[in-house]
Amino acid sequence: MNLRKSLAWSFALCLCATLAQAQEAKEVEKLNQQLKQLRENFEQQQREMRESFERRLREQQTQLDSLKQQLDASKTNARPALAPSPGVVSDVPMPANTTTKPWRPSDPIRLGGAQNYLNISFDGLFAVGTSTAKDIEKLETGGHDPKQRGFTVENIETTFEGKVDPYFRGQAALVHQIDTSGESFVELEEAYVESLSLPANLQLRGGQFFTEFGRQNQSHPHTWDFVDQPLVMGRFLGDDGLRSAGARLSWLTPTPFYSELYLTVQNSQGPTLHSFRNDNGGDPFFGRPSSQGRVKGLGDMLFVPRYVASFNLSDSQTLVAGASGAFGPNGTDGDTQLYGVDLFWKWKSPQQHAGFPFVSWLTEAMLRRYKAGAFNWDLNGDGLADPNEMVDPATELPAVLPRETVTDYGIYSQLLYGFRKGWVAGLRGDYVAPTEHAKYESIVGSDSDRASRWRVSPNLTYYPSEFSKIRLQYNLDHRNGIGDDHSVWVQFEFLLGTHAAHKF
Amino acid sequence: MKLTVKKLNLAVFLVLVAATAQAKLNVVATLPDFGAIAEEIGGDKIKVTSIARGTEDQHFVDARPSYVRVLNQADVLIEGGAELEVGWLPPLVNGARNNKILSDAPGHVILSRSIQLLEVPTSPVDRSMGDVHPFGNPHFSVDPANGKIIAARLAETFSQLDATNAAFYQANLQKFNERLDKKLAEWTKLLEPYRGTKVITYHKSLNYFLERFGLELVGTIEPKPGVEPSPSYVNALIPRLKAEGVKLVLIEPFRPRKTPEYVAQAIGAKLVLLPGSVGGNEKVKDYLSLFDYDVEQIGAALKASP
Repeated sequence: MNLRKSLAWSFALCLCATLAQAQEAKEVEKLNQQLKQLRENFEQQQREMRESFERRLREQQTQLDSLKQQLDASKTNARPALAPSPGVVSDVPMPANTTTKPWRPSDPIRLGGAQNYLNISFDGLFAVGTSTAKDIEKLETGGHDPKQRGFTVENIETTFEGKVDPYFRGQAALVHQIDTSGESFVELEEAYVESLSLPANLQLRGGQFFTEFGRQNQSHPHTWDFVDQPLVMGRFLGDDGLRSAGARLSWLTPTPFYSELYLTVQNSQGPTLHSFRNDNGGDPFFGRPSSQGRVKGLGDMLFVPRYVASFNLSDSQTLVAGASGAFGPNGTDGDTQLYGVDLFWKWKSPQQHAGFPFVSWLTEAMLRRYKAGAFNWDLNGDGLADPNEMVDPATELPAVLPRETVTDYGIYSQLLYGFRKGWVAGLRGDYVAPTEHAKYESIVGSDSDRASRWRVSPNLTYYPSEFSKIRLQYNLDHRNGIGDDHSVWVQFEFLLGTHAAHKF
Repeated sequence: MKLTVKKLNLAVFLVLVAATAQAKLNVVATLPDFGAIAEEIGGDKIKVTSIARGTEDQHFVDARPSYVRVLNQADVLIEGGAELEVGWLPPLVNGARNNKILSDAPGHVILSRSIQLLEVPTSPVDRSMGDVHPFGNPHFSVDPANGKIIAARLAETFSQLDATNAAFYQANLQKFNERLDKKLAEWTKLLEPYRGTKVITYHKSLNYFLERFGLELVGTIEPKPGVEPSPSYVNALIPRLKAEGVKLVLIEPFRPRKTPEYVAQAIGAKLVLLPGSVGGNEKVKDYLSLFDYDVEQIGAALKASP
């Protein structure tokens, strides 16, 4: 009781001190003096109080210890009940300089390690399963999808993240993988810095990173909701996602709702720029040889604008809608336009326990207009069909392909239902198709890279914790010209180290 | 011409936004408890937005993009810290690009730094122990005495950022403390007869409350923090709780009911739904009514039990 009284007094003193501070502005000189005095008094009181309190605490502790010994009941982790008191708080470790200054409730108490320079995490993602398809590497279009019967090491990812300095945040992801021939390789997936405090609600990112196009492209395989990547992503964005070196500027627009405008400028050449300047491993792309080239001017860059907005439909429902475009040159002496729209809706129970139950629905649709350059397959100029030249079967002469625009589209839609803690049931539908039979196809034959196909994938995922998961998925694939295939995959994941927070 | 009108509108809008921002301190609290205390201190001089709802699990709040917008406009961000919001706050703050609430800015309040946390691990922790918080138990706002520390901390920040209203904040702090002290005495008296009563909870999220009112926690429905109970764990738990003479099973309204109900029935204890946060149910409207309600529920349950 005594203690509580003295505490109330200390709070009152505290209050007086701050009150005096507030009036400082009006009667600076006089009050400054008073404040000083008051503070000195306060300091002394506080010191005395703490000393007496600590003495009393020690006494109580010895009493308590003897009492404790008499009790035979099993112990809990509860500490002895103490009066509500800032004095109690002053007992915990404090920075060294507090010896010169009385402790106040608002002063920081540092806990744990004093440094946090680099967060590291390590994630392992594996799959095991089988498929009726003879060409699993073509059936599954993602570089991190299961590519063979038996086990696949899909994605072993090491992530580094931290604040660089007061101006930048840095992040990098290194990926290890073992391919179908058993070869182990390393891939620099991402490494970029991002500004922390540019003016005018701007944020700048620079380095190597996933292009801000659509919704799933920017996410890493272990965060995906299905074993494999959507077909449309494989067809338009490539097996490893659309990513390159470059810069991204984003602007948080001053709308009453959340909306953000992104502009990404990146190099347009390389194997991770599938629909752009990609040499396709030396194989023809849309019937033509495709080359990577280098950057000669601004016209050789990839430009990717994206706008995304979000609305809270209700207390428990959120909608995120986005539209993206990607424009750049391609490897056939033409250019490519890629358009995408994405819609994400989520309901999460207002009484959620550990994030469950929830229902989410994600749909992305994309359209690609690939302007392919004209090409004459008569490589040596002899006018005759040679072994390395593509032949027009009608004339049995080297094929002469006209300049043309090849248009394809694709969509996927997925529904997830987290029905109880750790358990998520999912269903995804995929469809990709060409809008027309291209001119080159009528010359050199139908291109399997454009053939329409669909896939239905139900799955069930169990998350023993946030740091591991086991997933069972069935795929029914239908490819025009090839037929139906059935696949069953089990995927498992573990995560060590920092768990990056979930982006919505 | 059209464009200029649009531009003008935008300018007027921006000026208005700036003017209102000047007028009221824009405060964003991660938890409704912090928001409720902020309202007590700031009154009509501040505008408070709380991100988490009182009805939900505080560790698993969705980082809805709308909060990026809210945080972008904030003058003050109040967070619990000690990894309470680690699963959802960082991307929001990152996206908000607001210097006023970044790391060590005066408008960034990390409350756990002012609180003596319970259960700070004394030996290294790893994840085989479940979601053990390496900095200690972050659910500290359910101790009304911590509420006083939070209030003092907020009054100081508000006074610093909005010096013209400092006297107002300090006066509100005093009023709040007086009301809280009076209430605390009432609550303590009400639960005094039941000191030492053995209880269990679902998660270790009510420990500060139990500690304050002398209720003894002898177990949790979760075998480890964040881990759901297995049947074998429950079967082993029941005889132990029976032997201990556990009187109450205390769970927040959002927890699964099945296992707690089963356990309560098996050991002859009462199941009490105890909101752990402001807004936890329609009766818990502010910080003091949270304890009014919870204390009354426990009192009523224990009064009725033999």
